[in-house]
Amino acid sequence: MSIEQFTKNLEAEFEEVEPGTINPDTVFKHIKGWSSMHALIIIAFVDSNCDVLLTGADIKSAQTIRDLYSIVTEKLK
Amino acid sequence: MAYLNTSHSKIVAISSCVPKRIEKTTDYTHITSEEQDLFIKTTGIKERRVADKDVACSDLCYISAKSLIDKYNCADEIDIVIFVSQSPDYYLPATSILLQERLNLKKDCVAFDINLGCSGYVYGLSVMSNMLQSGQLKKGLLLVGDKSTTSTNFKDKSTYPLFGDAGTATLIEHSPNSSDWHFNLQSDGSGKNSIIIEHGQSRNPFDKTLDDMIEIEPGISRSKRNLVLDGMGIFNFALKEVAVNINTLFEKSNFTKEQVDFFVLHQANKLINESVRKKLKIEIEKVPYSIDLFGNTSSASIPLTMCYKMKEELQTKKLTLLMSGFGVGFSWGSVILRTENVYTNLLEYDRA
Repeated sequence: MSIEQFTKNLEAEFEEVEPGTINPDTVFKHIKGWSSMHALIIIAFVDSNCDVLLTGADIKSAQTIRDLYSIVTEKLK
Repeated sequence: MAYLNTSHSKIVAISSCVPKRIEKTTDYTHITSEEQDLFIKTTGIKERRVADKDVACSDLCYISAKSLIDKYNCADEIDIVIFVSQSPDYYLPATSILLQERLNLKKDCVAFDINLGCSGYVYGLSVMSNMLQSGQLKKGLLLVGDKSTTSTNFKDKSTYPLFGDAGTATLIEHSPNSSDWHFNLQSDGSGKNSIIIEHGQSRNPFDKTLDDMIEIEPGISRSKRNLVLDGMGIFNFALKEVAVNINTLFEKSNFTKEQVDFFVLHQANKLINESVRKKLKIEIEKVPYSIDLFGNTSSASIPLTMCYKMKEELQTKKLTLLMSGFGVGFSWGSVILRTENVYTNLLEYDRA
């Protein structure tokens, strides 16, 4: 999955976010209304779509969608 | 992996009892309405049943058990009572023994408690069926539930809106012609900090600061006597272990997914359960939910889901069921068993 597709699909998981407003360099923790629930949504999304299990530490260390994507691709190696 | 099978046990009936009082997520004023919406979407929890301060889990289990004893007129036939809970009446004695007396059961009755949470129903089934399989003990009551709302703090948004209270009773009997029950039971104490009440027992005894409120982060304040929950830790554990446990059970038991009529999963939260369901590639129709109306009811969630969602199927059909409980400990386990004409009821706790 390309980073563009990854970003688009992840954005679709955040129903309250206006489509097209998230890009790979978006700091996801700055998304309006960010909470720990969003972290769970990201973990579930990555697990279902990439078969990779992100940890709490992974989510904490990442700032942008690109950072998340890098962690996922690294874990897939 | 701890795979085991037991033989000659049969579930006769299941009863569940919940408090009458309803708390809706949309009434939880400690979080914003946007947070309420996101919480409902993620966890699936629209409302929960909450027991009054002076109602214990054993009261709910008592009502459930009494309804089955009355229906089957079997008080004199109960040879064993097991109470599975993490909210006992007292530090000691064991609540099962109090229930033996309260239910007017004979003194020739084995009674003991098991201290487990979300995995408790499956573990309870394994212990009960082991005790009954020889036929020396004929009938048992498995009493399972929790009053989790005792230990959550209204000012802790990470726990308070998640948990509901419930107590259940399952009547199980020795049955020479019943097919085997197949279990896969697992434990990992390295997950202890993911769900824990750290203070108030012998490791960290009672002290004067037990009720002092501590702000952990905005929206999360609690005292030392309250439940601490690491949502991401639990989520990771469930995604990593539950589907693997179930698939291993299929391999060992020679059952297939297609043979299972219903997968009754512990009602952790909707996001976890849907992730597990998708991993296992199970149709949604085979995975009943009760979390929307009752929240996470700990060890009671599996029997409560059966009473709430599967009443007709259980009473009228022969079913092959897979039940899976997972959580605090970490402790987790699954069972495959067959049922036939199981009576169920769902009761509300009425103080009167």
